[in-house]
Amino acid sequence: MSDWLGPAEWQAVALSLRVSFWATLFSLPFGIFVAYALARWSFPGKQIVNGLVHLPLILPPVVTGYLLLLSFGTRGPIGGVLAEWGIVFAFRWSGAALAAAIMAFPLMVRAIRLSIEAVDPKLEQAAATLGAPPAWVFVTVTLPMALPGIVAGTILAFAKAMGEFGATITFVSNIPGETRTIPSAIYAFLQVPGGEGAALRLVIVAVVVAMAALLLSEVFARRVASRVGGQ
Amino acid sequence: MLEVSLKHAFAGFTLDAQFHAPPGVTVLFGRSGSGKTTIINAVAGLLLPDQGRIAAGDWVLLDTKTGRRLRPHKRRIGYIFQEGRLFPHLSVRQNLGYGTWFAPKDAPREDMGRIVDLLGLGALLDRRPGALSGGEKQRVAIGRALLSAPKLILADEPLAALDEARKAEILPYLERLRDEVNIPILYVSHAASEVARLATTVIAIEAGRVVAHGPAAQVLGDPAILPAGAREAGALITARVVCHHDDGLSELEANGIVLFLPQLAHAPGTQLRLRIAAHDVILSRHRPEGLSALNILPGLVQDIRAGAGPGAIVAIDTVAGRVLARVTRRSATALGLAPGVGVHAIVKSVSVAPGDVGGTAGS
Repeated sequence: MSDWLGPAEWQAVALSLRVSFWATLFSLPFGIFVAYALARWSFPGKQIVNGLVHLPLILPPVVTGYLLLLSFGTRGPIGGVLAEWGIVFAFRWSGAALAAAIMAFPLMVRAIRLSIEAVDPKLEQAAATLGAPPAWVFVTVTLPMALPGIVAGTILAFAKAMGEFGATITFVSNIPGETRTIPSAIYAFLQVPGGEGAALRLVIVAVVVAMAALLLSEVFARRVASRVGGQ
Repeated sequence: MLEVSLKHAFAGFTLDAQFHAPPGVTVLFGRSGSGKTTIINAVAGLLLPDQGRIAAGDWVLLDTKTGRRLRPHKRRIGYIFQEGRLFPHLSVRQNLGYGTWFAPKDAPREDMGRIVDLLGLGALLDRRPGALSGGEKQRVAIGRALLSAPKLILADEPLAALDEARKAEILPYLERLRDEVNIPILYVSHAASEVARLATTVIAIEAGRVVAHGPAAQVLGDPAILPAGAREAGALITARVVCHHDDGLSELEANGIVLFLPQLAHAPGTQLRLRIAAHDVILSRHRPEGLSALNILPGLVQDIRAGAGPGAIVAIDTVAGRVLARVTRRSATALGLAPGVGVHAIVKSVSVAPGDVGGTAGS
């Protein structure tokens, strides 16, 4: 396969996988937390939190990318503070991961929230009467029962992160080996004469990865659902 | 002894109940919507009442005056829910063990093997709740509550979702629980037959208030208290098995009165609690002759309660104990029934409610 893909293309594929992996891994705990809060708690400003989470889904990706640049750029309010600690997002692969995570977050939260809402609170009450403190109720009842949705949300977020383009290119540009993910690479190859072949190969990779992710999520969700369903 | 005092206002309904639950099974008895489940949810900590105090000795679960309010998981209560509420993602064994993970290490706890035997769960341990019948699920739910080392067991109509056959399957287990496990039980029910079989103490609830409180036979024999309605009325008497006859009948004796029941499995000498439903009793002013009914109890009318409809409940004091009869008001007038009048109560059928009312264990 490394013969079939040129070094520049292979670099884009590897980078995309790395960016998506870390984006998904880091956003998962936040995603579960926000989904649980939206599903189970009532608090002032809940609709605002809900709106903020979904905003990247609706805003033009370029706008999200530009907002990220403003706030996480080395001179931005957040980026400036983080830069003093040596954490820099702008024009780094970690920035691409941040952009991908933000863009994929609504999809992840949505899937997990629905599955948490489907967990009967009466079962959580039963666990409490059996002596389980709230954190244990969450770990032993809510989380395992919501697992199909969590798996689906995670894989969906990963696939979305693989395909993120607009916010990424606005925030961290299109630097080969650093921020040139598959979509950016396809875009770049299409800008130069004779790049169509490389672009097409990356398109095939993108389709294969997306299909594999969907099939995997389907298989896994089905296996978990039958376990939770109690047969 | 558990002491409960609660006030809570809902839209269009106020709960204001005080009672104490002595050891044994205390049944909260009343119609659907009378506030029974609200009471035990408050005891479990699943509902915070406007005002109240729930305590057993110096173990205070809730006291709104001092602001003490134990979280549900710290109350050490085993709650048997109407719908079981087993964890579908865990096996029966894991469901049973769930509460033991959280029980204090020094708490007196039931042995898993003993509870599995008591409830007949041995063959189910590796199954998941989805593969169990309704009756099996409830047995697992009972075991799970017991094994969490509770100081008190709450049961919210644990049989209501089951058909008659499944109820008959579970009731003996609940009776063994009462007789063999030394944990007080607070049991919610609107079914008089269940109350008759299980209750040590009955607390009758109507529209959020306690209307009667006392030993089961006393509360169920009072025609003024019909928390489940006249249709469900029935009195309890205690009888002793004398012998078994060849023709399929068992002879019992209740304070000198002889009763015949279809063959019982109980040994002669066993004390039994019998439930006589009010709608199974016919009244006659004279000792009837040429009648197929075998069981006739002479007595004096103690009280007559007319209901809203055409019916009335007549309480008759016999030497065997208080019996209730449901008759029409027209018949009551025609027979000239009034307190002090002598009548014969003809009992069409008697159901056995094994119990330990004033005697040796029945089952």
